[in-house]
Amino acid sequence: MIPELGHFSLIVALFLATTLGVLPILGAARNNSVLMGVARPLAYGQMLLIGVAFATLANAFLSNDFSVLYVAQHSNSQLPGQYRFAAIWGGHEGSLLLWAFFLSVWTAAVAAFSKHLPEEMVARVLGVMGMISVGFLLFMLFTSSPFERLLPAAADGRDLNPLLQDPGLVIHPPMLYMGYVGFSVAFAFAISALLGGKLDATWARWSRPWTTVAWVFMTIGIALGSGWAYYELGWGGWWFWDPVENASFMPWLLGTALIHSLAVTEKRGAFKSWTVLLAIAAFSLSLLGTFLVRSGVLTSVHSFASDPKRGIFILSFLVLVIGASLLLFAWRAPKVGLGGKFDMVSRESLLLSNNVLLSVASASVFIGTLYPLFMDALGYGKLSVGAPYFEAVFVPLMVPMVFLMGLGPLARWKKMSVPDLARRVRWAFGSALVLAVLLPLLMGKFLSLESNKWSPMIVLGLLMAFWVIATLVVSLRQRWAGQGRFMQRVRAQSLSYYGMQVAHLGVALFIIGVTLVKGYETERDLRMNVGDTVVAGGYEFRFNGVTESQGPNYVAGVGHVSVSRDGHLVTELEPEKRQYNVSGMPLTEAAITTGVFRDLYVSLGEPIPEAEGAWAVRVYIKPFIDWIWAGCLLMGLGGILAVSDRRYRIHKKAVTLQGAAA
Amino acid sequence: MRFLLILALLLPVFSFAGEAKDIADDPVMEMRMIRLAEKVRCLVCQSEPVSTSHSDWSNDVRAIMRDKMKAGATDQQIMDLLVERFGKSVLFDPPVDKETMPLWMAPFILLLLGGLGLFYQLKKRRGVVVDTTLSVQDEQRAASLLNEPSAALNDAPEPVGQAGKKDTQA
Amino acid sequence: MMRFILPFVIFLVLSVFLYKGLGRDTREVPSPLVGKPAPAFMLPQLHDATRQFAPKEMLGKVWLLNVWASWCGACKDEHPILMELSHQNIVPIVGLDYKDKRLDGEATLNNAGDPYNLVIADLDGKVGFDYGVYGVPETYVIDKKGIIKFKLIGPVTPQNLRETILPMVAELEKQ
Repeated sequence: MIPELGHFSLIVALFLATTLGVLPILGAARNNSVLMGVARPLAYGQMLLIGVAFATLANAFLSNDFSVLYVAQHSNSQLPGQYRFAAIWGGHEGSLLLWAFFLSVWTAAVAAFSKHLPEEMVARVLGVMGMISVGFLLFMLFTSSPFERLLPAAADGRDLNPLLQDPGLVIHPPMLYMGYVGFSVAFAFAISALLGGKLDATWARWSRPWTTVAWVFMTIGIALGSGWAYYELGWGGWWFWDPVENASFMPWLLGTALIHSLAVTEKRGAFKSWTVLLAIAAFSLSLLGTFLVRSGVLTSVHSFASDPKRGIFILSFLVLVIGASLLLFAWRAPKVGLGGKFDMVSRESLLLSNNVLLSVASASVFIGTLYPLFMDALGYGKLSVGAPYFEAVFVPLMVPMVFLMGLGPLARWKKMSVPDLARRVRWAFGSALVLAVLLPLLMGKFLSLESNKWSPMIVLGLLMAFWVIATLVVSLRQRWAGQGRFMQRVRAQSLSYYGMQVAHLGVALFIIGVTLVKGYETERDLRMNVGDTVVAGGYEFRFNGVTESQGPNYVAGVGHVSVSRDGHLVTELEPEKRQYNVSGMPLTEAAITTGVFRDLYVSLGEPIPEAEGAWAVRVYIKPFIDWIWAGCLLMGLGGILAVSDRRYRIHKKAVTLQGAAA
Repeated sequence: MRFLLILALLLPVFSFAGEAKDIADDPVMEMRMIRLAEKVRCLVCQSEPVSTSHSDWSNDVRAIMRDKMKAGATDQQIMDLLVERFGKSVLFDPPVDKETMPLWMAPFILLLLGGLGLFYQLKKRRGVVVDTTLSVQDEQRAASLLNEPSAALNDAPEPVGQAGKKDTQA
Repeated sequence: MMRFILPFVIFLVLSVFLYKGLGRDTREVPSPLVGKPAPAFMLPQLHDATRQFAPKEMLGKVWLLNVWASWCGACKDEHPILMELSHQNIVPIVGLDYKDKRLDGEATLNNAGDPYNLVIADLDGKVGFDYGVYGVPETYVIDKKGIIKFKLIGPVTPQNLRETILPMVAELEKQ
């Protein structure tokens, strides 16, 4: 009975969403406050109903209700509780429900935190989000209901894909989806500004914190996914340029561009139509990602079982939503004013140059991901585009971007003098260059490598990272200079300034991680007898054999590897080779010791037939790899700091007239 | 002296006892094979290179690559052989030819167009935009709606007490 | 105001491609060998390792080369269809037991029936590699001149047999 309750809630939610998508927008057009007034209650009601549906599905999973087809396909009674919960989004139907649920949460959040906005704006924003919700609910009810019954009920479920039975996968999809769906808020603000015909700087200001929050979720979500791939796939890599990864990376790049162009639009009232277009495009790419993953047009490690009927549905939805938005854009954007004045060389123009670079980067990922599809559709046959292409294209785009990223925070709004700026950063550039050239010379010794490796790519990577850090120091010194107590001056800077700098520092750490792990990683593929040792990166790895162990729903061969340095035991690593009971799927579970300067990574291959107890063992030393994710976390933290800025808080009382003199 | 020399020569041999051996007979060639296999798509796994895949098919391809390398084949010859057998879609790194020209050119053409577009826009603005009368209205509107002083909008990260120097301060 | 409509136009073009892409099978890799002579080899037969087989023995005949193995699940799906085809005696079928153990391969055919006119044993998979085999089962249609005319990846089904393979065989027989 309970699963039907979930299905029923979705039907009622569809009814509410349809009403939400129609009445308030109508009300805004006719200036009817009754119609506009229904938006908020409908938004809350919708969240409640989809929440009930979600809870129902969760209940079916946790209580092992295998009379529900989706549960029978993605869970098993042996599956540990937390994975049974995560199995809700382990397949197409459930992850769609998660998507719809988050959309309703974002809608309700906008309803709750928009008391200070004009009524018609709120009505339009909620209305647009309601329309999107209609699309997803229809999709779910017509092609992909997670509540379908299986009669007679299965005795037990088919189990969750072992790759997904991992703590990282409990939180990665929700984070990522919060990001994807969060871009719908920026989208809805842009559309309602276009609908209202009032494309002034205010909408930029309102949608900015929402965009940033969505971007933070997405940043963390992508980082978690990359971390998961690193330790769960057992290949030691952290990014594979897989179509599904790209599907999340494209909106992230555009979202990053959007955050920066919103700054220009909010502060200077300029490039409004570009910003609106970016907001539409960022969310469109989120939708497109859904299409790519679920329609089966692209191949991927992660894609869901595909079904052409679903493909047609999402494609029609995409054409409707994106097509209509772009038409609206084409109709309204030409009437938009130009905004504040600024010079050819100014902080505005630097930010916009970065926008161009980020958008081109996003477009390149897009073209690379879809090129096989284009070629196939044009009858040129099949081909593949993989990591080598993306890496070749990405570096030349990111180098100028990072260079501008260092200059941006130092440049002035409106107008700046190039010689003056050059004078202020010459020491930063000089010291970054010297460090970048010299540091690789010490790296070999520091990482106990057999030889020193100095390559132009390493120097380039380090130069970019140090450049960002050095300009950041210059900027801080400027901001903190002056009279009075130091701490007071530190506190006088806004949180959004610190947020920006923290995020930029995150980029620098990220670049350091990418550069050093690529430049200095060690990889050994070994044949190890019990008692054999190998020395890599200054560590001695000793293989003590493999024992069998019983997991909750799998049997594992557990390898025992002791790692020592200079004769002292550092750690014991226990890589596993699992065989899952239900699916019979084998899984390699790597063992990793993380560290600030290096990860030790050991994974088991196959037993070696000729020698008793001997195994193929892969040993990696991954220097600085954790800096990649630390960098992402800092970017996320920067975003959080920026939205915590008091400018975005809703002040009911009069605020202090700080800075009113201007 | 001679005794010491012999001892020195022997030492490394002793310390290698119990040392794990690389799976490949020739680690240098193995490295070359792996680098090459990174550019080959595992056809049975989708979107995974042969270098890391655990699939049977990838194991076979790696074994064949090793054999061919031992027989003295060049990287290019090995890739050509794979393309001959399995078609162009085994290549993760599509070669630059007339079919992939748009793919390789697109990013740089887009960058050029984007750069020119921005330059043109900025140039055009300089002629058209007078000054920010409009944005003052915007500002006040936004500020009143947000119930905030309008100054905070203009350039918030401004140090206290230096607000008067707005726009000349970085 | 052309530039404002540009995003819409680009998107329309894109959606046409996406629509065309919907039906395509991304797993299927068309064989570059289609239209080329079947690679030559010389392999022992499964049932009698002393007897050899080479594709040139089939010159002058249209024939099917079916790649299978005892460990392959989808091969069991197509097995009854091949059995039926073999009874109809329309076209000779040569089986290639791919990366298998001789005993396992023999046992499978002894238990389930042998649809093949002849079975060869490619125990180390070298010949399979030459034919670009990457998923089992696979079926090749080879014409009288020894040219590969078609490659099917995945099991033979009544449908693809009726709609693709048999018409092609009939066509090639006439030549």
